[in-house]
Amino acid sequence: MSMFRRQGDRYVATFAVDEARVLRKVASEVVGLLTDGFDHGDPVVGRLFPAVYPEDAAGTAEFRRYTEGDLKTAKIDQAGAILAALPDGEVGGEVRLDAEAAEAWLRALNDARLAMGVRLEIKDGTDLGEELDDAVAEDPTSSRVFQLSVYAYLGYLQESLLNALID
Amino acid sequence: MGGMAAPQVAPVETPDTDEVPASDRPWVTIVWDDPVNLMTYVTWVFQKLFGYSREKAEQLMLDVHHKGKAVVSSGARERMEHDASQLHAYGLWATVDRS
Repeated sequence: MSMFRRQGDRYVATFAVDEARVLRKVASEVVGLLTDGFDHGDPVVGRLFPAVYPEDAAGTAEFRRYTEGDLKTAKIDQAGAILAALPDGEVGGEVRLDAEAAEAWLRALNDARLAMGVRLEIKDGTDLGEELDDAVAEDPTSSRVFQLSVYAYLGYLQESLLNALID
Repeated sequence: MGGMAAPQVAPVETPDTDEVPASDRPWVTIVWDDPVNLMTYVTWVFQKLFGYSREKAEQLMLDVHHKGKAVVSSGARERMEHDASQLHAYGLWATVDRS
């Protein structure tokens, strides 16, 4: 599994074809969620754009009026940073990030994990290994097995990038 | 000698907002626990956004994790809304409230 490491002032990882494909897919899904599919009723959107005043709908709406456009743009841009850095086409390859791009990746990987965490109903204390074992026992070819694996992979990748960054 | 004497300026007492006790500050930004964000990531975000030391950021992260939430900044309402929107950009679950 590919991990980020530091090389001078760059953060470098080499992705296999499958890994690059998964990263393109999750980043594109986040962009889709924030553009065509944007819907405040979607719990994923609710998690990415939390109500700033949980008991004051009018205050929250006012806050959103001033901040949501910028926040949406920032999230689309950071997902775009993943797509921009990956090699073109259906191939794997090396990704080299400067500090700014590395931070955009960190935030984008986090957004993708938040979105998947809501869909997969990840709770406090959820044991990913157990969830995966259960899902495999039920149907090893299910989408849940795939989604859980991707979710776990994104966590490892995010942690490796963070460790490289604060090292 | 002609000319005007320099006016005597009495030092004016200006309130220094940094020294207002936390209890007198009207608004706070709260970060809530969530099952997805990595603990190391949350610590890093607190250091990054607020310039907190690693120790302080780690303590706040642990408060969020163990107590379910923590106050991460306090001050004027507009500042807290700014902090909350920054935290949202990093994917943290932040709300604003009166302290």
